[in-house]
Amino acid sequence: MEGQAILTTPLANTIGVWIGAFLTLMIFSFLYRDNPFYKFAEHLFVGISAAYWMTVAFWTTLIPNLFARLWPSHMGGVLPSAVGNEREWQYVIPLVLGLILLTRLVSRIAWFSRWAMAFVIGFAAGTNFTRYLQSDFVSQIQSTMVPLYEPGAGVGAAIGGIFSQLVIVGGVICAIIYFYFSKEHKGGFGKAARVGIWVLMAAFGASFGYTVMARISLLTGRMSYLIQWVSGANW
Amino acid sequence: MRRYAVLVIILLVGSHLPASLFAQEPTDSAAVLELVTVPPPAYFEVYDTPSDHGGNITLEWGLSPDDGDGRNNVTGYQILRGEGPTGYFEMVGEVLKGTTQFVDNTADEGTQYHYRIAAVARTGLSERIMAGPVVSRQQWFDRTRANLLVIAVLLVIAISYYIYKGAIGSDLYIRKIAGLEAVDEAVGRATEMGRSILFVPGIQDMDNVQTVAGIAILSNIAKRTATYETELDVPVSRSLTMSVGRETVKQAYLEAGRPDLYNDDIVHYITDEQFGYVAAVDGIMVRQKPAACFYLGAFFAESLILAETGSSIGAIQVAGTAMPTQLPFFVAACDYTLIGEELFAASAYLSKDKKMMGSLKGQDAGKAIAMIFIVVGVGVATLAAITGNDGLTAASEWLRRLFSLNF
Repeated sequence: MEGQAILTTPLANTIGVWIGAFLTLMIFSFLYRDNPFYKFAEHLFVGISAAYWMTVAFWTTLIPNLFARLWPSHMGGVLPSAVGNEREWQYVIPLVLGLILLTRLVSRIAWFSRWAMAFVIGFAAGTNFTRYLQSDFVSQIQSTMVPLYEPGAGVGAAIGGIFSQLVIVGGVICAIIYFYFSKEHKGGFGKAARVGIWVLMAAFGASFGYTVMARISLLTGRMSYLIQWVSGANW
Repeated sequence: MRRYAVLVIILLVGSHLPASLFAQEPTDSAAVLELVTVPPPAYFEVYDTPSDHGGNITLEWGLSPDDGDGRNNVTGYQILRGEGPTGYFEMVGEVLKGTTQFVDNTADEGTQYHYRIAAVARTGLSERIMAGPVVSRQQWFDRTRANLLVIAVLLVIAISYYIYKGAIGSDLYIRKIAGLEAVDEAVGRATEMGRSILFVPGIQDMDNVQTVAGIAILSNIAKRTATYETELDVPVSRSLTMSVGRETVKQAYLEAGRPDLYNDDIVHYITDEQFGYVAAVDGIMVRQKPAACFYLGAFFAESLILAETGSSIGAIQVAGTAMPTQLPFFVAACDYTLIGEELFAASAYLSKDKKMMGSLKGQDAGKAIAMIFIVVGVGVATLAAITGNDGLTAASEWLRRLFSLNF
């Protein structure tokens, strides 16, 4: 509790702002070249974040998702909400798989850890198969099944609509042809594949501009932090 | 006099009793009038919600004659639930007028319920009508996804067929993929220059198929680095990726006949933190100056930072990801980029393993089927729109439904 009180004092805030500003400048110094300041910030960042994520994984994954399910009555001091819950025996399976993974630490039985890895990769392949089948295959086909012409629109709108639908349908077909590996890209097939890669590049160009704008806003945010630090507004 | 006094006492006590005591048998004549005059829903039925994981019961009813019509004074419907036809009923929902369906998602699986519904008017409730019993059950098969099962089975058959063809030694043609031809070039260049090769398998864990694809390519690259005695460096951001990466590289060095060159430090963990990892990999790049950098896996905002740093040290760079937002950065900053599907094809292409190539050919069959359905679907939809023919319209709708997530 005392720690929390200290962190909310103006002095702690001021110290935090100064540390943040210096570390920002140290990281930015990489734009010039690699230097001891960057190395210091890099190692500090890596060390703190590795420890932080290990702690987060322990308290947000292992405790609530494993220990609290297998030994709920022993969680009074760490997760009171779990006390009184029934033990869920199926969680013995991930516990065993986790322990098998740790056999890597003993070279004589390290091969055993491959079983747990195989389980994770097999699980990923199986669950992702249906997920990608839905999102990347089935939904894509359905979204592309659009009529090229919608009656009832004016001449201009009709021409615009036809052009728009042709771009969608033609673009999708040509892009699929580009990713068709069983046939050489020659003749008409090759030309369609060429159109497909143009479509992809046009999409990438739009995405590039959009994402760069988002990154600029991040840079603006950091610069704003530094300007406030220089002017003393945030400390 | 005493009789009057007793009567007054009874009236006084009665006026202070809670109104709920009279709720079952109202004595107010106006309330009785409302109960009679607000008509209840036209019908009411309940059933276990189909194709769900249990715990849901669907209620359907016909609108009260005074809902949107008649006296038009119905404001909504009140839904009650009990575990028997009599006894205590708790309120589980209230819906607005014009609604004819409600899903009770608070039901306990296996428990028998009865439901009551009443139309709510500004001045009172209609007669409550009851439906039930009903029990919520979990279904093992989601019938609304039956189309996905058929499509998946067709794809599996196509892939299995080509894997079989590959296994019996049939010649399976795969076109040249420029980005993958560059792998040998990059390894050869690093060997000639006497510098290392950096391999980054993305920042996701082994439950991401892009990471799996990246690690599969790492296996091929590791065989080449073992053969040419080139230094390989694989920094990773996930502990499980490190374990799988080590096993993969170890196996590759073993298959290349150079287990003596392998050591665990080739694949090393940095941190799970995205930008902490990027800062460290950038540091590795500028200090070790690898001759070739491979970025193959799932990437996010770090893609351009990595590729720009690699470009600044003059390394030949080969990238591959299926993240649409990061591909532009790799295309702009790298020498070769594997776009989406090419990343997944890479392992089969590099290894020339007949079974893997068979799998790739099977996926191509799936793409051919997709193209055929798109062309047919667009043709039928266009004809239906132009002619207005009912048969064509129905066919177009059916085709769209065939590729929907709720068949």
